[in-house]
Amino acid sequence: MGMTLAEKILAAKCGKKEVSPGDLINAKVDLVMANDITAPIAIRQFEKLGVKDVFDKSRVVFVPSHFMPPRDIATAEQGKVMREFAHKMGIVWYELGQAGIEHILLPWKGHVVPGDLYCGADSHTPTCGALGAFSCGMGSTDIAVAMATGEVWMKVPATMRLIYHGKMQNWTRSKDLILHTIGEIGTDGATYMAMQFEGEALKDMSMDARFTMTNMAAEAGGKTGLMIPDEVTIEYVTPRAQHEWTVYKPDPDAVYEKTFEFDASTIEPTVAMPYSPGNTKTISEVAKENIEIDQVFIGSCTNARMEDLREAAEIMRGRMIAPNIRCIVIPATQDIFKEALKEGLIQVFTDSGCQVSAATCGPCLGGHYGVLAEGERCVSTSNRNFPGRMGHPKAEAYLVNPPVAAAAAIAGRIVHPDEVAR
Amino acid sequence: MKGKAHKFGDHVDTDQIIPAAYLVTTDPKELAIHCMETPDPDFMKRVKDGDVMIAGIDFGCGSSREHAPIAIMGAGVSCVIAKSFARIFFRNSINLGLPVLESPEAADAIEQGDEIDVDLATGTIRNLTTEQTFTAKPFEPFMMDIIEAGGLVEYTKKKLAAKAAS
Repeated sequence: MGMTLAEKILAAKCGKKEVSPGDLINAKVDLVMANDITAPIAIRQFEKLGVKDVFDKSRVVFVPSHFMPPRDIATAEQGKVMREFAHKMGIVWYELGQAGIEHILLPWKGHVVPGDLYCGADSHTPTCGALGAFSCGMGSTDIAVAMATGEVWMKVPATMRLIYHGKMQNWTRSKDLILHTIGEIGTDGATYMAMQFEGEALKDMSMDARFTMTNMAAEAGGKTGLMIPDEVTIEYVTPRAQHEWTVYKPDPDAVYEKTFEFDASTIEPTVAMPYSPGNTKTISEVAKENIEIDQVFIGSCTNARMEDLREAAEIMRGRMIAPNIRCIVIPATQDIFKEALKEGLIQVFTDSGCQVSAATCGPCLGGHYGVLAEGERCVSTSNRNFPGRMGHPKAEAYLVNPPVAAAAAIAGRIVHPDEVAR
Repeated sequence: MKGKAHKFGDHVDTDQIIPAAYLVTTDPKELAIHCMETPDPDFMKRVKDGDVMIAGIDFGCGSSREHAPIAIMGAGVSCVIAKSFARIFFRNSINLGLPVLESPEAADAIEQGDEIDVDLATGTIRNLTTEQTFTAKPFEPFMMDIIEAGGLVEYTKKKLAAKAAS
């Protein structure tokens, strides 16, 4: 029987010729990651295991991203715990000033490559699946055991195939394809499944754009999101790969639990309304509602890569953001910050009246650098808008693509980008 | 395990179980202070040791934070019964030894404040208030091994010891 991309990778990682959905396997991991929220628990659990060393120092990475730079003493303590452990163990550690959001940092630095089984203690770990890796979010205890043994237990997921025909139009971006998809299949539509994204619309996409889609596999309940490696993938990976890689492709006779087909040319820029990423409307519908806003956030592991910043800057260039609006721009990593500086994008944002901050997850999870008060409304390029996600439980977050976010900052309300960029 | 039921709706995500702002400790009791305060600000005032949480579909969706099951355990909750669970939350709970039972029928029928008795070995859920009985979806044997060992850490310790001895 043919195998899907996810099954191919998992079969290789557990040393079997073939695996099928539902099989319980013990698989070898290529990379293990934790951040400043999840590492402290992972460290505590690791120490209980009574193991002296991690399975491979070069394959365990800690990234301080969520509450960093520390916002208070408690978060500074968490940073200290992970920093000391990282130094003691000799694992890969990215210090502030060289770090950023893990899901953008690690593929950029070549730690994740095609064919990898990568487990991270963060739910947005599926992001790296855009490289053709099996990239899976887990909890801290799983990560502790993986750090010690280099293995994880796993149930082979069934695969959901999502095909995007046609080409995206005008202001539609990869973010809109995934928001639209979550709106269609629901936030638990892909629970326990691997989401295999493919089709004509993906062919022209940069890796930046592709990562946005696999990132939000988490919001559909997916165990991972994957894309089949092509020339774009190879070009991205070749100069940065830190270890050997293998390109796996699904068999033509692979069996899919479900298949969804979309016509990308008809998908409009999409807005996920409060309080669920699956509560979607088109920008044309939302623009009619005349929703006034307090804050715009351009950042997060979903949309804070160079392409995202370029597009937002393009809309803001020569324009001021609306009075009484705060716009916070956070490039995802220090490398991206430097590149944005070199390209003059930071100048554009600051000239437009935006606050630009150093790399962090920040307001996406209501951590710091832009937490919302009761009743405030934020247009955000991030991935979640649950009650209380970005601050007060009665604050509202609207999830959009970067051009729509930039246009909202200029207009002071949610508008179609055409209204601003014309 | 026996306790009163505390009922919640569908899609209760981990930001609602324990908001990110409070993820600055790994101590179960400290985390429990803010457990479920978004959907039910009085939850912590009412909950007693051994009580049972009842939820709808996709309980625990969202972030991978293990603080969510830790906060629930810190609140004294002995078991969560839901129509369905999100993947990472389910896995985290098993790994920590928090019993999570899937039973759409029980989740529908049990009301706030009902007295519930759960037998994990058989997956039997009894509503002592209404005298109804339900059976939860059984755990796979492998997961039962983890639960019986007291969580993934203890389970792995045993495995590592066996490996070292052989």
